[in-house]
Amino acid sequence: MPTPFFVLEVALSGLLAGLLYSLVALGFVLIYKASGVFNFAQGALVLLAALVFVRATEIFDAMGPATVGFWAALLATMAVMVLVAAAIERFLLRPLVNQPPITLFMATIGLTFLIEGISQMIWGSRVYTLDLGIPDEPWIIHGLYIGKIDLFAAAVAIAMVIALAVFFQFTRIGRALRAVSDDHQAALSIGIPLNFIWVVVWSLAGMAALFAGLVWGAKLGVQFSISVVALKALPVLILGGFTSIPGVIVGGILIGVSEKLAEVFVGPVVGGAIESWFAYVLALAVLLVRPQGLFGEKIIERV
Amino acid sequence: MVPISTQGQGDRSERGAPALLEVANVEVIYSHVILVLKGVSLEVGKGAIVALLGANGAGKTTTLKAISNLLKSERGEVTRGSIKLEGRSTTDVTPHDLVRQGCIQVMEGRRCFQHLTIEENLLTGAFARSNIGKSVREDLDRIYQYFPRLKERRKSQAGYTSGGEQQMCALGRALMSNPRLVLLDEPSMGLAPQVVEEIFDIVGNLNRSTGVTFLVAEQNTNIALRYASHGYVLESGRVVLDGTSDQLLANDDVKEFYMGLSGETRKSFKDGKHYRRRKRWLA
Ligand SMILES: Nc1ncnc2c1ncn2[C@@H]1O[C@H](COP(=O)(O)OP(=O)(O)OP(=O)(O)O)[C@@H](O)[C@H]1O
Ligand SMILES: [Mg+2]
Repeated sequence: MPTPFFVLEVALSGLLAGLLYSLVALGFVLIYKASGVFNFAQGALVLLAALVFVRATEIFDAMGPATVGFWAALLATMAVMVLVAAAIERFLLRPLVNQPPITLFMATIGLTFLIEGISQMIWGSRVYTLDLGIPDEPWIIHGLYIGKIDLFAAAVAIAMVIALAVFFQFTRIGRALRAVSDDHQAALSIGIPLNFIWVVVWSLAGMAALFAGLVWGAKLGVQFSISVVALKALPVLILGGFTSIPGVIVGGILIGVSEKLAEVFVGPVVGGAIESWFAYVLALAVLLVRPQGLFGEKIIERV
Repeated sequence: MVPISTQGQGDRSERGAPALLEVANVEVIYSHVILVLKGVSLEVGKGAIVALLGANGAGKTTTLKAISNLLKSERGEVTRGSIKLEGRSTTDVTPHDLVRQGCIQVMEGRRCFQHLTIEENLLTGAFARSNIGKSVREDLDRIYQYFPRLKERRKSQAGYTSGGEQQMCALGRALMSNPRLVLLDEPSMGLAPQVVEEIFDIVGNLNRSTGVTFLVAEQNTNIALRYASHGYVLESGRVVLDGTSDQLLANDDVKEFYMGLSGETRKSFKDGKHYRRRKRWLA
């Protein structure tokens, strides 16, 4: 019989891991809300951001002190992600405007392979280490083991969500983004330039990818499997609903916690590693009961 | 029948100054095959209210979207003719730039941003403007003066307000862009007669006090012609009749087919013998 203490510890590590899924899922939601495009390439963006960051750190570290190097590399990578967003808008979204969603979905699949292919050309396929300067030893609070890097990930995810919430709620561009996600035709009719909006959301998704890439890269090393791990964001999306930012946070936590608990307590019973597929089963179960996800945006219907 | 002309709209003089909006022989095709507008021409003078009348499917919305360049996003295309705003062609001008030049459309069905509050909706209307900040605040107050109901509901989510309030919101949102020409598509749609009256009253007020020009597409011929100085009647993608509102109101065909004042059985406008009498449009 496991002690409650052990259960708590497992749940906590699941919670922290789950927030990382949320971070990736956030990128999906931003793009989906603003343009109805399901961006399959979000995982590839995570990989790309991590690789660019590693290269930028190398360059800046050679030039000066490490702390300056970190921030310079971070800013440089952000700039690259914005450029990538602009390029995607110009060469992918703009030519395909007014095409059905499935066409755009296919295009993002193509984009995934393009990004991965180009990354492989530039970086090869070796595993890079990414050092955030956070020691890999856990904190022990009252005997509870908490990974420092997990804690950092959680803090980043929460900070990002708060920043986004403020941006959406209180800025002119944030308001325009919400308008576009409500009715893009109407937004167009009052002079909101959709091209610009797309660059903004893809840039924001790029930032989410960057932070996810940093944490994942620091934990697992920067390697191509990152873009596969990112697919864990899918069940999070199904759980949280494709249009809800609070939804992906809660969804990520639910997936992270339940998958860890299942792995530890159910896994031995069924005799296998269930962590890799448990999330999908959970998502399917939710899908059957609530097709719009737990937090899918309510469609306002006046009667 | 009285001769029909477009002279004397608003303060446009006969001195030859260009109208605010000139639409000449415009042809629109959807999805490369569906011919919807078959050579529509019309003029809107500065400071006027002009009505664009016609039954369902006549092409009113298509005409407005051709002017505001919103057709592209619906796989529609202007294949012939020209549209000029103050003498300048609007071909290839993006909706964003058109709004900045002062031409904005209020789409059919109001299309407020349902999850935004009324005030947020109004503020989005100022997005395309380059002067932001204080003057936006002032304009917001001005809009609230015209639409006191919106002020009361400013914190409500637009999706939960009444149809009339949403129409006011859509109109107010467009006005926040500081337009010179508003293309207003069926403001009366689905609203109680009293509310329709209220909306048109505000349009009339705005027109008189701020000089904003309106091109209003309407099926409600009666009320549209009461507020407009001029009207155009569209049928199957063609202008079949135009004139001052008084002329149109006195016209038997208009009475019969668009205001239902005659007891005769309904027939197509085309059967009317006055139909061919319409003015031939620019070659
Ligand atoms: N996107 C589209 N693709 C193909 N045909 C279209 C499209 N939009 C409109 N049409 C057709 O064009 C014709 C004119 O439509 P339009 O919406 O301009 O009429 P309307 O005068 O505004 O009618 P209503 O009073 O019902 O709003 C209709 O026959 C309609 O079926
Ligand atoms: Mg219409």
